[in-house]
Amino acid sequence: MKRHSRGLRISAVLVLAFASVMTMGNAQAARTDITVGMQLEPPNLDPTGAAAAAIDEVVYANVFEGLTRFGSNGSVNPALASEWSVSDDGKTYTFTLQEGVKFHDGADFTAEDVKFSLDRARGETSTNAQKQLFANIDSVNVIDDHTVEIALVARDGNLLFNLAWGDAIMVDEATIDDAAIMPVGTGPFTFANWVQGDKIELAKNPNYWGVPAKLDKVVFKFISDPTAAFAATMSGDVDTFPVFPAPENLAQFDADPRFSVLLGSTEGETILSINNQLAPLDDVRVRKAIAHAIDRSAIIDGAMFGYGTPIGSHFAPHNPAYIDLTANSQFDPALSKKLLAEAGLADGFTTTLKLPPPSYARRGGEIIAAQLREVGINVEISNLEWAQWLEQVFRGKDYGLTIVSHTEPMDINIYAKPSYYFQYDNMSFQALMAAFNTQTDPARRTVMLQQAQTIISEDYVNGFLFQLAKTGVANAKIKGLWKNSPTQANDMTGVYWED
Amino acid sequence: MLHYLIKRLTSLVLTLLVASVVLFVTIEIVPGDPASFMLGINAQAETLEALRTELGLDKSKPQRYWQWLTGMLQGDFGKSYTYKTPVAAMIGERMWISLPLTLFALLISTLIAFPAGIYAASRRGRIGDAAVTGMTQLGVAIPNFWFAMLLVSFFAIKLGWFSSGGFIGWDQGLLVGLKSLLLPAIALALPQAAILTRVTRSSLLDVLSEDYMRTARAKGMSKRSAIWRHGLRNAMIPVLTILGLQFSFLLAGAIIIEKVFYLPGLGLLVFQSIAQRDLIVVESVVMLLVFAVVLVTFLVDLAYAWVDPRLRTRS
Amino acid sequence: MKLRTLVPGALLVLIFLSAALVSFIWTPFDVTKLDIPNKLQPPSLVHCFGTDQLGRDIFSMIMVGARTSIAVAFIAVGIGMLVGVPLGLAAAANQGSFIDELIMRTNDLVFAFPALLIAIMITAVFGPGAVNAIIAIGIFNIPVFARLTRGAALSLWSREFILAARVAGKRAARISFEHILPNILNLLIVQGTIQFSLGILAEAALSYIGLGAQPPIPSWGRMLAESQTLVSLAPHVALFPGFAILLTVLGLNLLGDALRDWFDPRLQRLRS
Repeated sequence: MKRHSRGLRISAVLVLAFASVMTMGNAQAARTDITVGMQLEPPNLDPTGAAAAAIDEVVYANVFEGLTRFGSNGSVNPALASEWSVSDDGKTYTFTLQEGVKFHDGADFTAEDVKFSLDRARGETSTNAQKQLFANIDSVNVIDDHTVEIALVARDGNLLFNLAWGDAIMVDEATIDDAAIMPVGTGPFTFANWVQGDKIELAKNPNYWGVPAKLDKVVFKFISDPTAAFAATMSGDVDTFPVFPAPENLAQFDADPRFSVLLGSTEGETILSINNQLAPLDDVRVRKAIAHAIDRSAIIDGAMFGYGTPIGSHFAPHNPAYIDLTANSQFDPALSKKLLAEAGLADGFTTTLKLPPPSYARRGGEIIAAQLREVGINVEISNLEWAQWLEQVFRGKDYGLTIVSHTEPMDINIYAKPSYYFQYDNMSFQALMAAFNTQTDPARRTVMLQQAQTIISEDYVNGFLFQLAKTGVANAKIKGLWKNSPTQANDMTGVYWED
Repeated sequence: MLHYLIKRLTSLVLTLLVASVVLFVTIEIVPGDPASFMLGINAQAETLEALRTELGLDKSKPQRYWQWLTGMLQGDFGKSYTYKTPVAAMIGERMWISLPLTLFALLISTLIAFPAGIYAASRRGRIGDAAVTGMTQLGVAIPNFWFAMLLVSFFAIKLGWFSSGGFIGWDQGLLVGLKSLLLPAIALALPQAAILTRVTRSSLLDVLSEDYMRTARAKGMSKRSAIWRHGLRNAMIPVLTILGLQFSFLLAGAIIIEKVFYLPGLGLLVFQSIAQRDLIVVESVVMLLVFAVVLVTFLVDLAYAWVDPRLRTRS
Repeated sequence: MKLRTLVPGALLVLIFLSAALVSFIWTPFDVTKLDIPNKLQPPSLVHCFGTDQLGRDIFSMIMVGARTSIAVAFIAVGIGMLVGVPLGLAAAANQGSFIDELIMRTNDLVFAFPALLIAIMITAVFGPGAVNAIIAIGIFNIPVFARLTRGAALSLWSREFILAARVAGKRAARISFEHILPNILNLLIVQGTIQFSLGILAEAALSYIGLGAQPPIPSWGRMLAESQTLVSLAPHVALFPGFAILLTVLGLNLLGDALRDWFDPRLQRLRS
């Protein structure tokens, strides 16, 4: 017993000595650079002129900032606007801007820049991909250098939220034309270098107005192939892959102490969209039959290797207003067959399933096709690229079924647009959303959101599948990465290496 | 000779002109609008219209064809819709991967094919010949993207000797750059080496049966030195022709290998541009590749005509 | 006679042909049926090639995949022959004329385009699918057969028996089909076999980048594409479809070589 404890003591001393050597070594080598893996390369770096998520994933909060910004939990926080006040009628917002803010080229950031940025985004020749965010703005008025007033057409509970989007960032008139290849913002990192097809480098902004970044250098490396992504992360060529493209490999990372797997939520409601105007899918019984024919757990297991949360409506489970409606569409093939028979389709029918490129759609599509076949619905799959999908499905509405993840935050209002690609036309839902948009009382807003979730769930507008999980992998020593993904961004401002 | 040269040159220019029309028409009927791809699912009709005007997509098709053609003649390949940079610069950058990769692959395939082909020819009908021929059969039959996948899973993932994809850049040093091109070059070279080995072997065998080779052998020259002194030089012509064709084939044909290894070369650029409907990039790169093929064919024809005057008068 | 290549070649081709044919009436498992709890099973007595990421039996998928590959390649080569051979005959019959020039220049034009890129563009226009893969591969087979036919036919036009037929007043088109075509048929069969094997490779490449037959129809190239991220987890998913392509192409090439030797008396003499 005694001998035993001595042995233990010796080993404890050794461990301590070893540990102190380790920490010393690490303290010397405390890294201040990071390589972030991304699957898609941004086409350009101007978030106000294109929809590609990859643009925001590089520049949002790092290079460009807006008046407000999203926090990692989805909250809307002050950014370039330090505070704001709202008039009693809710139609005028007055923003106080941070003082001493400079663009990376040394130009001062003032209220004039706010006016320019917002007027440009909502102007006639604007090519902003989310122009609808600014539709309710009546005018932007400069009060003084650090005060700006936004007048609205109608009361709007969403303004602060809308201004936090990457499409609403503040730009400088003098440099915006070159932002596609040479972005100049106010953020804690400056754009340094872009090797097209390979990587983008950002450097720390020494003159940042706020809390300076802890990293000196951020490299975004583009690896589209999941196998290559796996190998690059395993070998340490990439320090973190915030959205790891192959869920099948996550278990291997989880088992390895060098890595941490960051599982979080995204705003991506992954749905089997149904063309609500196309017979026989215009019959609610048929849509209900489809909903009950789908086994969500098989899809999450087969397509996502278990990562994803089942949803029963078009709403993110991590949102406080979420209600679980999955019971409305339990897996019940017998009920499906009965419903089809009631709709006069006892022998089943044939429809198309058009799938965009992401693997959740391609794999999920094969599984859903097999499940629908079980209840007699014959599905013809065609795999499309995004451009074809936009043309045929989204604009042309030439489809029966499709699978897509709607990654915009809080987008249940798309069900209020009858011209939207799934063509759901429900007057009472539209009225509810109109009332919601002008409602500013938080408690009332929550109730209305819950009503909205229930309506579309019970109308079986679409097959609601699962909330896309954020499956990130990182070196276990990296701290401060976003776990969730309230917007598509890789906010590097608070990231550091642990000693 | 001059007459022949003018005739071939005219046909070269005509081919290119027709090719440009065919290409433009094919690409313009590709469904999918670059503007709506860029602006995504929330874009409004007026925003799309504004972007189309900005990109010059509102002009008529003949107008745009003429602009593209005259621009190219002056070395201006237009500006990419999505990347917003000049296409010529993008091609230039990608060339730094595609060209070295092609040359590297050709080098590897030559280094394998010449010795193997000569060896097989010199041991015709024996075990060594059969072994080489058997290997070439396998080399031709193996799908190169599958071979590439196997290379990646073994050398990059299992052993970790190489990175499994991407290109580190020449700024990290020549050796580092070459190292990241090695696996893709091997994957590309293997089927080419198999073809080249067969051509080397058979053209060497053809030459060996010629009279002057028999004479050389009769004069007491050893088989080996007969091959080296007389055989090889004469067997080179068909081999070089194949090499020339392989060069232009590889430049564009590397697309799948570039995809497996995620090398940002010309092939991958075209592939992505088609997906993004960045039509101007597709048009210009494919035109460039067509030009390369036509030029190589032209030069090969010219070389033949130089060697064999009979060809000049015929056709 | 080269039994050495004929026997293994014919045997391999026969195996895959019969696998394709049998798959119409029987496969060990239904390839449209998923069994997700049993995904990525290694080869076993039940699933002799294992199961894929959705729990389907890989052996059955390879059988049905053989059908896809062979059908696409066969029809594509058929198109190439049906269009290319008459064009080549016409060019040879009118050697040096405007038609000849036009046909040969068009050939050069098609050759000048990078084949795979054009195939990608064709599917971008018409959408992916087996039919469009056939068209894309078929187009590039036309000039191959046209050029081969023209070359072979030209050398025949100067022969005595053709001259005799011309003297007898037969028209060029008739001579082409009655006298020339039968005499170059050997050549076409050999080239057809080679093109068939290239067609299998091309189909695999197109499906690999997602432009071939669409799911749930199994295809070897798409099986490989889908297995790519699974190589480290379940290598068998990537190995078997690859070997299927390799062995089919190998078989066709060996068969083509044997046929060439069979038809070419000069080589036959040399070899023996």
